[in-house]
Amino acid sequence: MAILIDENTKVLIQGITGSFGGRHAKLSLDYGTQVVAGVTPGKGGQTFEDKVPVFDTVSQAVAETGATASAIFVPPPFAADAILEAVDAGVDLVVAITEGIPVMDMMRVKEAMKGSKSRLIGPNCPGVVTPGTGEKSHGGCRIGIAPGYIHQRGNVGVVSRSGTLTYEAVYQLTTLGYGQSTCVGIGGDPINGTSHLDTLKMFNDDPETEAIIMIGEIGGNAEAEAARWAKDHCKKPICGFIAGATAPPGRRMGHAGAIVGGDEDTADAKKKILAECGIAVAETPSDMATTLLERWGK
Amino acid sequence: MNIHEYQAKQLFDQYSVPSPKGKVASTPEEAAAAAEEFAGSKLVIKAQVHAGGRGKGHFKNGFQGGVHLIDSPAQAAEFAGKMLDETLVTVQTGEAGRLVRKVMVAEAVDITHEYYLSILMDRATCRPVIVASTEGGMSIEDVAHDTPEKIIRQFVHPLLGLQGYEIRKLAAALGLSGDFAKQFGKLLKNLYKLFIACDCSMLEINPLVTTPDGRVLALDAKFGFDDNALYRHPDIVEMRDTEEEDPREVAASEYDLNYIGLDGNIACLVNGAGLAMATMDIIKHYGGEPANFLDVGGGASKEQVAAAFKIILGDANVKGILINIFGGIMDCNVIAEGVVAAAKETGLPLPLVVRLEGNNVEAGKATLAESGLNIVTADSMADGAQKIVQAVS
Repeated sequence: MAILIDENTKVLIQGITGSFGGRHAKLSLDYGTQVVAGVTPGKGGQTFEDKVPVFDTVSQAVAETGATASAIFVPPPFAADAILEAVDAGVDLVVAITEGIPVMDMMRVKEAMKGSKSRLIGPNCPGVVTPGTGEKSHGGCRIGIAPGYIHQRGNVGVVSRSGTLTYEAVYQLTTLGYGQSTCVGIGGDPINGTSHLDTLKMFNDDPETEAIIMIGEIGGNAEAEAARWAKDHCKKPICGFIAGATAPPGRRMGHAGAIVGGDEDTADAKKKILAECGIAVAETPSDMATTLLERWGK
Repeated sequence: MNIHEYQAKQLFDQYSVPSPKGKVASTPEEAAAAAEEFAGSKLVIKAQVHAGGRGKGHFKNGFQGGVHLIDSPAQAAEFAGKMLDETLVTVQTGEAGRLVRKVMVAEAVDITHEYYLSILMDRATCRPVIVASTEGGMSIEDVAHDTPEKIIRQFVHPLLGLQGYEIRKLAAALGLSGDFAKQFGKLLKNLYKLFIACDCSMLEINPLVTTPDGRVLALDAKFGFDDNALYRHPDIVEMRDTEEEDPREVAASEYDLNYIGLDGNIACLVNGAGLAMATMDIIKHYGGEPANFLDVGGGASKEQVAAAFKIILGDANVKGILINIFGGIMDCNVIAEGVVAAAKETGLPLPLVVRLEGNNVEAGKATLAESGLNIVTADSMADGAQKIVQAVS
């Protein structure tokens, strides 16, 4: 099961001929992911790594290969257009890895996507991984830039705004012998396609996911919104971590979305809300897996 | 990125958002000429620095106040002479103060009523929201806390933009009618245009005023720009005044590093924004104080790591360094080589704890061990934080 993607998902990569996109397309292929097509306008007809056909448009790629998920590695000025192209082509899952897309562009994309069947993950995110059952989780579906080899197939769902903190949590779990159902990096921008809440709902409905790690940070109210829903609807154990307790107010901490604006979006306020909603809050980022296991009764 | 008051006025002029007459001056002569041009109006001269509390500040030469009423071109020149190339200290600048390079000579307006008006990008609804209040000229946070009913919000459709009825609703809610409502409508329409066209994240006017001579004016402005969109606004990038910024942050930005200076004594160097924040947090958790936020990014080069190292060591408060790298894809050995190169170049005067994990970690650890430098390695974030806190205490 898992959520969003599995080993059968056919993936296309927008921006496959760029150095960033190409590098990660290769790593996904090595991981055993079904990368079936690449798209770079003007480079249709080429072949990537001697096996993946490159198309000029997403529509052509979908029609020819049946891809249902797209990873976007297109530079920021062209990324909004690339997302809308994937939506127009009817791609089910659009994962925007690109960092630095203007907020106004994302505002328009988000509004334009209303009513479409596509789900957007990101932007400015590490992507989605459903680990495989092979050695070092080989054979899974890796869309994006996460290191595949740190994963292990299992029953913990991980959702996070931060890439490296996701890897930290996954590594802790794998080291302790607990695998993951799916790991979702929703991205560090203020406007994103999929929220913590959206992802929690999917994990709650997924029979393979038995426990959840939710990683958040300062800024916005997405973690609080997810926690309040979980209190009444999620029966699975959740561990939460919020980064940015020491961040000074009003400063953007790397992620465009990580900025304390008011009383409600500080790390302390969020931790308090999480705890009140029955989520086990990890005191330090080193304790994410152990805090979950304790709540999970393992 | 912040801009000066006179630059905000330039943007207002460009988008026809009415504000008091004003001109920027770099010399006493220019200040006198500006005062001459506005003769007949009551005038004020203001030091241009990126810090609040100017009026109550003082100059290191003994001159009191960065904002003064003036009554003649001669006085404009006299006061400009006392402010220009002098250092102004305010509650927000700290003891070091800021060098004043420009002053603004502006019309001092009489006020009938003060309002609050801002446009923000609202994350929860993913659309711009206009916030207005009849209680202007004071902290809007206090108004929101004490009298929440006096905060008016109007959300704007992301694709349709600001509609006429939305403007009329806001004017009515602020109690504006007749010509004031008309002027307010025009001002807000142009302000919204400016907000969208310049990719602002925030645009705040506090106060917006009505005057006895029947005008509606933006008396003050605070701009926030979306850093991600600056590539398409070279004119706004041009307004950046690096002299007003933390020199460490300016140096970091030259190497594409995300650096924010803090007050503690344990510097950290981390890959990824979330992990960098979490590293600061765990230092604090074990009783230390972080000296900075520093994210070298997912694909940091040896040169970037070396530059980051030097910026950290440039902070006199720093007593120890914690490097925390989760090299998922990034090669841990590249980081290790960068650290060793920088440490050798600087002589490594401070305790250094390194936590490396991920891709090619064994080679990275070997590089550190074989360097002959006094580098302490850590097995986890918690281990690293405890070791560095102990080393500086």
